[in-house]
Amino acid sequence: MKTVCFYFQVHQPWRLKTYRFFNIGKDHNYLDDLTNRAIMQKIARECYLPMNSLLLKLIKENKGAFRVSFSLTGTVVEQFKLYAPEVLDSFRELIATGCVELLCETYSHSLAALSSKEDFTEQVKAHQAMLKKEFGVKPKAFRNTELIYSDEIGAMVGELGFKTILAEGAKHVLGWKSPDYVYASASDQSLRVLLRNYKLSDDIAFRFSNQGWDEYPLTADKYAQWVSDAEGEVVNLFMDYETFGEHQKATTGIFDFMKALPKALLNAGVKFATVSETAAEHQPVAVIHCPHVMSWADEERDITAWLGNDLQNEAFAKIYELKDKVRSLKSDDFNYVWNFMQTSDHFYYMATKWLSDGDVHSYFNPYGSSYEAFINYMNVLSDFQIEVEKALEAKKSRKKSK
Amino acid sequence: MRVLMFGWEFPPHIAGGLGTACYGMTRGLARNGVDVTFVMPHASGDEDQRFVDIVNASDVETVFGNVDSDSEDIIEKMSFIHIDSNLVPYLSPEDYETYHDEFVKTGEKRWETRDVWSQRYTFSGKYGANLLEEIARYAIVAAQVAKDHAGEFDVIHAHDWLTYFAGIAAKRVSGKPLVVHMHATEFDRSGENINTQTYAIERAGMHAADRVIAVSNLTRNIIINRYGVPAERVVAVHNAVRFTDKGEAWPERGVEDKVVTFLGRITFQKGPDYFVEAAAKVLKRCPNVRFVMAGSGDMMNHVIRRVARLGIADRFHFTGFLRGADVDKMFQLSDVFVMPSVSEPFGIAPLEAMRSNVPVIISKQSGVAEVLDYAVKVDYWDVDAMADAIYGLVNYPALSKMFAEKGLEEVISLKWNDAAAKIKRVYEDAINECNK
Repeated sequence: MKTVCFYFQVHQPWRLKTYRFFNIGKDHNYLDDLTNRAIMQKIARECYLPMNSLLLKLIKENKGAFRVSFSLTGTVVEQFKLYAPEVLDSFRELIATGCVELLCETYSHSLAALSSKEDFTEQVKAHQAMLKKEFGVKPKAFRNTELIYSDEIGAMVGELGFKTILAEGAKHVLGWKSPDYVYASASDQSLRVLLRNYKLSDDIAFRFSNQGWDEYPLTADKYAQWVSDAEGEVVNLFMDYETFGEHQKATTGIFDFMKALPKALLNAGVKFATVSETAAEHQPVAVIHCPHVMSWADEERDITAWLGNDLQNEAFAKIYELKDKVRSLKSDDFNYVWNFMQTSDHFYYMATKWLSDGDVHSYFNPYGSSYEAFINYMNVLSDFQIEVEKALEAKKSRKKSK
Repeated sequence: MRVLMFGWEFPPHIAGGLGTACYGMTRGLARNGVDVTFVMPHASGDEDQRFVDIVNASDVETVFGNVDSDSEDIIEKMSFIHIDSNLVPYLSPEDYETYHDEFVKTGEKRWETRDVWSQRYTFSGKYGANLLEEIARYAIVAAQVAKDHAGEFDVIHAHDWLTYFAGIAAKRVSGKPLVVHMHATEFDRSGENINTQTYAIERAGMHAADRVIAVSNLTRNIIINRYGVPAERVVAVHNAVRFTDKGEAWPERGVEDKVVTFLGRITFQKGPDYFVEAAAKVLKRCPNVRFVMAGSGDMMNHVIRRVARLGIADRFHFTGFLRGADVDKMFQLSDVFVMPSVSEPFGIAPLEAMRSNVPVIISKQSGVAEVLDYAVKVDYWDVDAMADAIYGLVNYPALSKMFAEKGLEEVISLKWNDAAAKIKRVYEDAINECNK
């Protein structure tokens, strides 16, 4: 029986405030509280709350036949706790149904996998601890930031004890192969790889409300037909959770579509499963080789959206230069800043590739240009560097006086 | 003696050195007993306004803002005339065209914008379709002004090429001698790729004038060699600098590191590239220095990319365009000020830095280098020498102390009264020659 695997990504970054040179050394509050709060509450109102309650209803109606997976970043959970605790409660309610699987990822939606094994492990451990504390969950499957994947990353994830990892069904990696089967990682063959069916995923996430699309309007029955027509054993539908109500507004009918979809798919003889269930139920058909890093972003499906120009490379090098110092401080306050500074969105704002993907890049972007984003990030980072140095000095002198 | 002066905005509405210089100069002239009728463009944007707006001396306060309290002397000696025009200093034909196109495209009756130097342009149907047309229109109105005020002035003084046609027109109508003031040449602004229209106007203005005042010997040489103006008609009068005692509290320093500052438009003319390369060299030797580039301009993104590529972005900061109090604050937070200009007719910024007790490094290719002894002078392209000088001023307190103290004395001695006295002599020469 064909399996549909829904996975939704839930993430919000901590946005930095306008931080000038004159603030360096004096002002250690880096966040734009007003913007962060306003955006979080808007998305909670338009997306998280209505969609969570819809999913809860669908799960109950279908008595366990409808199953989905989520990944929630550490930074978004921090923001739920501060600005929208009711969203956190509704997620707990969903998880309590037993039909929802939570995946593990990097705590701050960071690019740590591209920095070093040590940085990556730290981020994964932090996320595991958060899942345990907030939801009482021990995750078995992993998704890396923006589905960034390579054989090397697969090896690290396998070593950390995960059984499954998600990746993009990128054409340049798959070649003639289909994403609609379960694969095994080349570097660790006990690790299952689920590949996103980007055509069917993007039909919902990007094209749903596009009136210029020849398949517009998309109905649940038509979509169910496409899924059941697809050759292969699984269809992996991976997308941002903000698709529902935010990227596709409620007025587009996206909620009605999702309301009708489970029934339509079940009627078409397709079943639902979470990420780990999907990986366990199907035999891997082949090994997937991915020597170069890929992601689910942009036309190129590579990492140039985050590390594609000199500005991004410089900011990335400078933040990870600090790692040993921050680690040796063992301070929650410093770790908090260290975490939100690693978030990939900061690097995304510095991207200079604006052509076909400009719309997505500019979504929720607080900066006028990539250069502004860079200057602001580096100013904040400079102050953080000074604070770290000061704290290290203080620690040293405390040790001496002991 | 009475002068009809075609000048530019006064503080606090200033775009750069030009407005500041006009202000200091007219004060100095007033002190030297010269009556000034000051004509300046002023975009009203209002369709029904008359072309010329005579501002009473009692209204001058609003023009001056609150810059200082002791302006009585100048009010007695001055009258103001506003000509309704959207000309602003430092405008290039390309800029004007860009904004005019935008105005036409939006189809609005009136349209305002701010450009990189934060000047306000107003567009509406009554202004010229391109910069040259607007300059010509300004000249026609200027001729009318000269006619209306016939017999009320002995000499005409025009600042910067945008007003040269106005000066020539006034001279033709009144028969009085014309003095034009070169604050910058097209070669300073654009290097060798000059705008030939701008060059032609500059050249026409200087050849029509009885005397040309250059802000430095550097500029004087360019005028003689590249514009073919007879040497005996060109006089160098260095700008001075005027400080108001603001009595502000010194801002608190956020960083302990030494701060090395570049302040100015980030354009080819100002040599920002050389500052970046020197910064990288200094940071290799002593990491406890921070570099700040204050300002904005068409080369800013290029400079940011270069800084990132050199891997010094955590030590090299950008502030964007600064105004008013933030400029003073920036000087006060600096330990070294660098002006690496490729070509600078004069350059007032280092004087402001010295006034804040900051030692300065200036390029030999700047006019201000001619009047300063207590400034480190390097060739703009000599990045090693620049890095060396920065390193010395940052690491040897005796050196920076000497430059700061002597520099302050030196800069205070540069008075507009003295510069104005020289300008007055230029007027006298021009009048005598004219009467011969």
